[in-house]
Amino acid sequence: MIRRKLEENFFRTLMILATILVTGSFFLIVGTILYRGVPFMTWDMISKIPGGGFYIGKEGGVLNAIVGSLYIAGGATILGLFISIPVAIYINMYFGGRTWLANALRIAFDVLFGIPSIVYGAFGFLIMVYFGIRASLLGGIVAVTLLVIPILVRTLDEVIRTVPRELRDATSALGATRWETAKVVIRQIRPGVFTAILLSFGRAVGDVASVLFTAGFSDNIPTSLHQPTATLPLAIFFQLGSPVAEVQGRAYASALILTIIVLIITVLSSILAKQFSKNTSR
Amino acid sequence: MTHNPHISIQHLNVQIGNQEILKDISINIPNKKVVSIIGPSGCGKTTLLKSLNRLFDDTADIKVSGKVLVDGEDIYAPDAEVTHIRKKMGLLSQRPYPLPMSIYDNIAYGPRIHGTRKKAELDEIVETQLKATGLWNEVKDRLNAPATRLSIGQQQRLCLARGLAVEPEIILGDESTSALDPVSTSIIEDLFIKLKEKYTIVLVTHILRQARRVSDYIIFVYMGEIIEFGPTEEVLLDPKQELTREYVKGYIS
Repeated sequence: MIRRKLEENFFRTLMILATILVTGSFFLIVGTILYRGVPFMTWDMISKIPGGGFYIGKEGGVLNAIVGSLYIAGGATILGLFISIPVAIYINMYFGGRTWLANALRIAFDVLFGIPSIVYGAFGFLIMVYFGIRASLLGGIVAVTLLVIPILVRTLDEVIRTVPRELRDATSALGATRWETAKVVIRQIRPGVFTAILLSFGRAVGDVASVLFTAGFSDNIPTSLHQPTATLPLAIFFQLGSPVAEVQGRAYASALILTIIVLIITVLSSILAKQFSKNTSR
Repeated sequence: MTHNPHISIQHLNVQIGNQEILKDISINIPNKKVVSIIGPSGCGKTTLLKSLNRLFDDTADIKVSGKVLVDGEDIYAPDAEVTHIRKKMGLLSQRPYPLPMSIYDNIAYGPRIHGTRKKAELDEIVETQLKATGLWNEVKDRLNAPATRLSIGQQQRLCLARGLAVEPEIILGDESTSALDPVSTSIIEDLFIKLKEKYTIVLVTHILRQARRVSDYIIFVYMGEIIEFGPTEEVLLDPKQELTREYVKGYIS
């Protein structure tokens, strides 16, 4: 009896400690960013591109990186969706009996999921060299799209697998073709698509390695796909490396901006997901 | 009783992997009657039902041999058009699965995919089928509401109306009342009795009382084989086979 009670208490304490550790580090991270970043969080930071002496502590902001990050993460997520939805539908609905093939593909995407982003960056860079493209917005979008496709495919795949077999049977039984059935399935998974967008955008907007060679960096906001583009993670990296306290502070302010962007996307997509699961009609 | 078969199954074998699900099934299902398939769980009755509209086409490692003639046409013939076959049959599954759209669109879905586009025609189909399933008065003021807001019983009738909207000849019911409350169950049963004037109805059920109430004929399936097929009263009250007798009395389930 006593042994069982001790065991119960021991593991309970372990769980509580682990939970405290996790939530504690979360608040520490957010706290640090806020503590160090807020004093440098000026309107200029989000409304101006770097001025002449920005990197030695003079005026300017990181609007170039904010816009660049949104362009790249948004572009990659949208492009990724156009590729991933058909793939996920195809794996689930057209393979029919060949489940081993579907499972082989799932493993392949899991492997891709686990590949470090620098590999995507290097691969994207190779493609760019081959086609003679310089570090640019386009290059960044392509590399990050490669990075997010496995995330999107696997998330959508899991969501599609939750669609009851009977719903697909219902449309099939009405004489619908597979594609017509797929359209109903896509309607059904709309809430899940927003989750996929959130995961993909979150990864895309925060990744450094994949954009390091492919997007480059620029103090200006890109006006075409072929111009180099700054991103927030890289902006943080460069500013943190500076010996000037002012610039280091701005790195934390940039991190704060990045966190807020992710927060906005999270809230937005969960609201949309809820909206669509509540009212699946029209 | 089988001089005018609507569906004629000839030497149908269904195998999944190494397991034989249906063994040499041959049966004629008469026109505009209700036929119930009964039998213990796992005996192959649902597979038998689904073989009628090829719904298990996507199942892994499935092998089908034999013929299923619907209106004299072999639905397993290499050139058979599966969407055309399925359009002929409405399916009512165990639980209602309304499409993720409005009540109106649920019913209009079938006609739309088969080419009906005019609003007036669709309006008429929706009204007719909702009336046929007794839903019209309950939903006529909220046709644009999501179908998922209806009660389970209403959803099941909506699914029936959705199936009828493509003008099938045959209705297939796979334990269609098993998720419903007693009132909804009897509404659905009454609908089957009413609908057999126009449709051939094949039901899978494990409720003998239901089989007795709604069906004209009963097929008793056991371990993938048809043990007995005959008029309802005969099979239930005076079965010819020992296995049927045991099942009907509740000794095997």
